[in-house]
Amino acid sequence: MHRSYLFIPGNHPAMLQNADIFGADAIIFDLEDAVSINEKDSARQLIKAFFETLQKPKFSIYVRINGLNSSLGSIDLNMVMNEIVEGIVLPKATVSDIKMLSKLLDTFENARRIKKKTVIIPIIETAKAVFEIGQIAQLPRVSALLLGAEDLTGDMEIERTKQGIEIEYPRAKIAFACKAFEIEAIDTPFTDVTDDEGLEKDALHAKSLGMNAKCAIHPNQIEIINKTFTPTMVAIDEALRIVKADEEAQKVHRGVFSLNGKMVDKPVVDRAKKLLIKAKHFGMVEDIDEK
Amino acid sequence: MKNNLGREIFEQVKPFASSDAFNQESRRLIAKKTTEESVVFLKSIEEAFDLLKIKNGMTISFHHHLRNGDKVINLVAETLKKRGIKDITIAASSLFPNNAPLVDLIKDQTITGIVTNYINGPIAKAIGEGYLKNPLIMDTHGGRARAIESGDLKIDIAFIATPAVDRLGNGSGKFGPSACGTIGYVIPDLMYAKKVVLMTDYMTEHIVEPELASEYVDYVVMIDKIGDSEGIVSGTTKVTRDPVGRKIARDTVRVLDALHLIKDGFSMQTGAGGVSLAVVEYVKNIMIQSEIKARFASGGITGQYVDMLENNLVDTLYDVQCFDLKAARSYRENRRHIAISASEYGNPFEIKPIVNDLDFVILGATEVDLDFNVNVTTDSLGQIIGGSGGHSDTAHGAKVTMIVTNLLKARLPIIKEKVTCVTTPGEDIDIIVTERGIAINPLRTDLIDTLSKTKLPIVTIEDLMKTAHHIAGVPNHYELSHQPIGYVRYRDGSIIDTLYKIK
Amino acid sequence: MKIGIAGSLESNDCLVTIKESETLSIKVQSIVDAFYHDQIVAFIESVLADVNHDKVDVTVIDKGALNYTIKARLLTALHRMEVSHA
Repeated sequence: MHRSYLFIPGNHPAMLQNADIFGADAIIFDLEDAVSINEKDSARQLIKAFFETLQKPKFSIYVRINGLNSSLGSIDLNMVMNEIVEGIVLPKATVSDIKMLSKLLDTFENARRIKKKTVIIPIIETAKAVFEIGQIAQLPRVSALLLGAEDLTGDMEIERTKQGIEIEYPRAKIAFACKAFEIEAIDTPFTDVTDDEGLEKDALHAKSLGMNAKCAIHPNQIEIINKTFTPTMVAIDEALRIVKADEEAQKVHRGVFSLNGKMVDKPVVDRAKKLLIKAKHFGMVEDIDEK
Repeated sequence: MKNNLGREIFEQVKPFASSDAFNQESRRLIAKKTTEESVVFLKSIEEAFDLLKIKNGMTISFHHHLRNGDKVINLVAETLKKRGIKDITIAASSLFPNNAPLVDLIKDQTITGIVTNYINGPIAKAIGEGYLKNPLIMDTHGGRARAIESGDLKIDIAFIATPAVDRLGNGSGKFGPSACGTIGYVIPDLMYAKKVVLMTDYMTEHIVEPELASEYVDYVVMIDKIGDSEGIVSGTTKVTRDPVGRKIARDTVRVLDALHLIKDGFSMQTGAGGVSLAVVEYVKNIMIQSEIKARFASGGITGQYVDMLENNLVDTLYDVQCFDLKAARSYRENRRHIAISASEYGNPFEIKPIVNDLDFVILGATEVDLDFNVNVTTDSLGQIIGGSGGHSDTAHGAKVTMIVTNLLKARLPIIKEKVTCVTTPGEDIDIIVTERGIAINPLRTDLIDTLSKTKLPIVTIEDLMKTAHHIAGVPNHYELSHQPIGYVRYRDGSIIDTLYKIK
Repeated sequence: MKIGIAGSLESNDCLVTIKESETLSIKVQSIVDAFYHDQIVAFIESVLADVNHDKVDVTVIDKGALNYTIKARLLTALHRMEVSHA
């Protein structure tokens, strides 16, 4: 479960050095767009050397490799594949690319005796990917979908606005697909890194559509993103009351009961329980009886 | 000889004992000066030199309110040189890079002594290289006021850059092309220097409530320009966007919040560094959200505090120096924006200096050691890069003193076993906030009790150093030279540490 | 002569230049020389030993890079030297 995914340019020692202090749930070390074509080799070496120094990191590690349409992507994999890497973020993902990547990962995992399954986070940033989304969400290893709105709107030849009406459809579609196949829905980055208010609004809107995490392209965005995707104390208190009332009701074998003048039934109780699991995961509540 | 902190100091000086040792002493005051004759207006600095009979061995003082835009210090220095006067001591509240022309005068011994509270740039470098004949003395802002009023620092002539002067010889920082706002650091010079010269480029008919009263003034000299307004503005008055700095600022505010220091009627001081400004921004947000109003903010004042004053988030600003033109404007227009003198600000012997009334202060550091001693005077090679300013004064006065600093700066751990130079004693430092943990002075068991119950990343200072070493490696020990070139004088007049020639 | 360059002069980075040579030579100029110079030289020696390179001329201009950065820049420069044309 992650709320925030922080992109860190792969060839930037000063940013690498402090990547871990901002409270990002996951960090995506970027070998693709943030690294110029002449520095891909440097970036791979740097990330590799950096990974070797990490002991029990408090965040999940992902690497955005270059697309598999050139040889760069598989060279990236060859350099960074390591037990510590939780997943690979794949740009311009299509069903066939994801399948190809999955095979490559099989090979590396076998050869390097990596015991866990490395997951894949496809970036949905082409019209084709939006179209194939149901299929993509079901592929093995796919643990989340990440909306890449800049490239997607480019592909669509439409304007990218701060309000983001143009990405309402792909956002909703990703959220539905992810919910359907029980994977995470990661929202596109908010690119104006100085506009905190705009970021909060954008993240809240994404959340209202069903997204459960958001990318950050600057460490200063993490705090707001984490806050947005963490249950609020008000919601937690409400959920605790519902679960407690439900327990009381169960004792007397009642399925539906009323709390503060509102009818509470199973869907409401289930929602409250899900919220509490999330709250517990992010350290908002301590002892919750999970049933 | 060693002082109480174990620092080697000059023989025949008063060794530092503790930050509250001054309580055992009584205040010493020399007679204030008064001029019976009326103020004499002069047309050139040459005339002033003739009348003042400036001669070898004198001590001449200046203030630094025009900061890096000041033209008066250089003009006086140039005139000293032209007249072949030697062996002058410069007592300037601070010296900045624009005073670089003084380097040649130090080398040819026109200037042989410097007493100041803060110094950076070419002069600091030249002194570090050993060019100043007599030991450099570094005071605190409050300590300089004490030194002057007690006669420890005797000033023969104060040349006071004054943005506006009226027909009677009263002076103010409020008006004129070089208006810089309050001029609090020069008040002791005004009252105790043997002769006082206001240097101005702006004459006005009448100044109401002048900061510089004509009763202390001997001469007024009209010159072309006393300063460049661009240089007057401090370069650092921007909220940091650096994510590490902002993270430190956020954690600092969490500490303040956990300690319930942000509550109705509180008082605060912060510097003008980027992290401090971010702290103020976050504090301000909490105040707006929770409808809290502060009693006062003090020290060097920035536009940010002016916004808070104008939005009624703070009742009063006690301003010893304006950091930007917005602060200068506010001081001119707002009755709740009050000028204070260096003595009222931080002199330990004042009955109630403002610093003693502070709930908390946020300060910086170039090094902190395991005893919580803080260095803001030199870098880790012993090169002078600043000085206390109000650091030691506020650290002693405030109920909670917090240091905000990166744990590493360009690979160098900021936490050291022993600091290169002690500016402020560890007994007055309560909390260190870094991007990789927060350390609390073991003396403050009350703070440890409260903060260890929170989710804040509280660690020991030894842990902080270990973390830094784990990331960067253990730095080699660097041995300073053994040639003293000056000393750091604590606010009570005792000597807290020695400055050495750089290798 | 074969030569490989990697890194930059930005803060926390270093610029590494490696040339083919008859003997091993390491020159380091760092903003933290007073505290880490010897450690940096020893670290470079150990990285070169790990990849069996002892006939190179290494020049490092360091802006406060941590060891993993120095290592990465060294390996990149070595690789670039090897693929460079004489």
